[in-house]
Amino acid sequence: MAILFYICAAVTVLAALNVILQRTPVYSALSLIVVLCALAVVYLLLGAEFMAVIQVIVYAGAIMVLFVFVIMLLNAGRETPSQRSRLALWLGVPLVAAFLAEVLVAVWKQFPASGGPAPAPLDGSPQAIGHLLFQNYVLPFEVTSILILVAVLGAVVLAKKEF
Amino acid sequence: MGTFSDTEFLLLVAGVKVAVVLVVLLTSIAYLTWLERKVVAHIQARWGPYLVGPHGLLQPVADGMKFILKEDILPLEADRVIYWLAPFLGFVLAFLSISVIPFGGGFNFHGHRIMFQIADLNVGLLFVFAVTSLGVYSIALAGWSSNSKYPLFGALRSSAQMISYELSLGLAVVGVLMIAGTLSLRGIVDAQGGFWHVAGVNSWLPHWNIFVQPVGFFVYFTAAVAETNRVPFDLPEGETELVGGFHTEYSSMKFAMFFISEYANMVTVSCLATLLFFGGWHGPLFGPAPLRMLLPIFWFCLKVFCFLFFYIWMRGTLPRFRYDQLMSLGWKFLLPLGLLNILVTSFVIAWRAGG
Amino acid sequence: MVPLSHYLALSVILFVLGAAGFILRRNIISVFMCIELMLNAVNVAFMAFSRFLGSLDGQLFVFFVIVVAAAEAAVGLAIIIAVNRNRESLNIDDLDSMKM
Repeated sequence: MAILFYICAAVTVLAALNVILQRTPVYSALSLIVVLCALAVVYLLLGAEFMAVIQVIVYAGAIMVLFVFVIMLLNAGRETPSQRSRLALWLGVPLVAAFLAEVLVAVWKQFPASGGPAPAPLDGSPQAIGHLLFQNYVLPFEVTSILILVAVLGAVVLAKKEF
Repeated sequence: MGTFSDTEFLLLVAGVKVAVVLVVLLTSIAYLTWLERKVVAHIQARWGPYLVGPHGLLQPVADGMKFILKEDILPLEADRVIYWLAPFLGFVLAFLSISVIPFGGGFNFHGHRIMFQIADLNVGLLFVFAVTSLGVYSIALAGWSSNSKYPLFGALRSSAQMISYELSLGLAVVGVLMIAGTLSLRGIVDAQGGFWHVAGVNSWLPHWNIFVQPVGFFVYFTAAVAETNRVPFDLPEGETELVGGFHTEYSSMKFAMFFISEYANMVTVSCLATLLFFGGWHGPLFGPAPLRMLLPIFWFCLKVFCFLFFYIWMRGTLPRFRYDQLMSLGWKFLLPLGLLNILVTSFVIAWRAGG
Repeated sequence: MVPLSHYLALSVILFVLGAAGFILRRNIISVFMCIELMLNAVNVAFMAFSRFLGSLDGQLFVFFVIVVAAAEAAVGLAIIIAVNRNRESLNIDDLDSMKM
């Protein structure tokens, strides 16, 4: 079981690197879809089966379709490299790596790998999430439905050719 | 089975199931093409494939050989990686959704219970929807990577159609879910066993969901036909409109993969329709114990065959929807109808539970 | 059993990669995709904590993050289409009309 998490984490990190390093937006979008599906497997390993499938249906299956559509419609080709100084590259990448290492060390110290027993399995079934969603969190649920309505209206108005 | 450990035994069983399902599915897809050509031909008062083998039964074999031996064309301006990826993606996804479909009950084997299903997820229905959502990419990327007018239009139209009808598809099954109380496909079928009780009297009507969810079935089947890009919703690949639609620039094996994934999607949708609305593998059981074990699979296959025949019948009979008619049907008719279905179903369930 | 710090390490790496991409990329759609990467990193952290603290609220938070990301993606992409119509360019270096 644990080996599957490490494989999925490796796939996620490699695909995320691909997202930021690819010049063509379509390849970045496809790599992002790989990231999303690999994260869905990670959620599945955490026992959250409903959230894993929701991640694939909504994030990878709807939001990223929107991205791919827009990329195709706008015919976004290869990105031209910007006029950036070499110094920024030579100084920036090591600094980012140092920052990453520092945060990782802080996380490691805060949550030691051996601390505490294994946590009890969590019931991530649709029934449990449904209970919580419609009892404790019904107000945010209704507000997000209004939010989505506003987003749809805004998107239609913004993208129209002329009034 | 003293030499195998539990995990190894389960892996072996899963491997055998996957192999059997793959072989059966590929053969049935091949002969589905034969059936389609025959049925459409007879509807059009002609013979169909007749020469290759008795009544054209070896036609799929000849078609397969043609596809393998044909020249594989790569357009000059096509985006190589995605041009290659799109048909494989469609192919893989079309077969992935079969893995959660239950074909029958189960049997006991040396103390283990072996189900006629590769994986019984307790979010099985959502898994099928997830795979369907990802299937949009295969078509969109195929059209875009061909770098040509007709495929691009076909791909964009087809993707827009698929994501519009996905909504209605999801809403249509919510009624079934409310009745069954579980997302597991096996659970939904188990909830349809037995017969209806009418006023305390046991009737002869089977406890299938079609009798309580007729509107749901109508919305589901219409949305499913649109999802699989079949007549009357096959404008994105209509020959008279867009040459070949999104698969214009594809040839030989890649084209065959699009073909196979379209038929595999048809099979999946028909299987889901029987599982959700027609009681799955429930049917009259009779005879000795081995026959009782295999009869549910036979009833399931018979019901799926009826749906596939209906698909082909529609192809031979109905004209094609225009694109704006298609989109307005999906958004302005099916979506409100699905919502109304959920509303009425939930009222009835709450009323029966309360009173 | 995978310890909590490994999940958080994954979350941190994804977030830093997303932030780096956000600053480095020139194409506006790629910048947007790096924002989505950062949101996913946060989702991983929420899910991991939800499991290790035994509370299902974390998963619900992920649900709301996904929904809000959907709304944001729709509006953001509509804005990108409108900007592209006016400027004929997807390069963020060309969108500098508010610079001094």
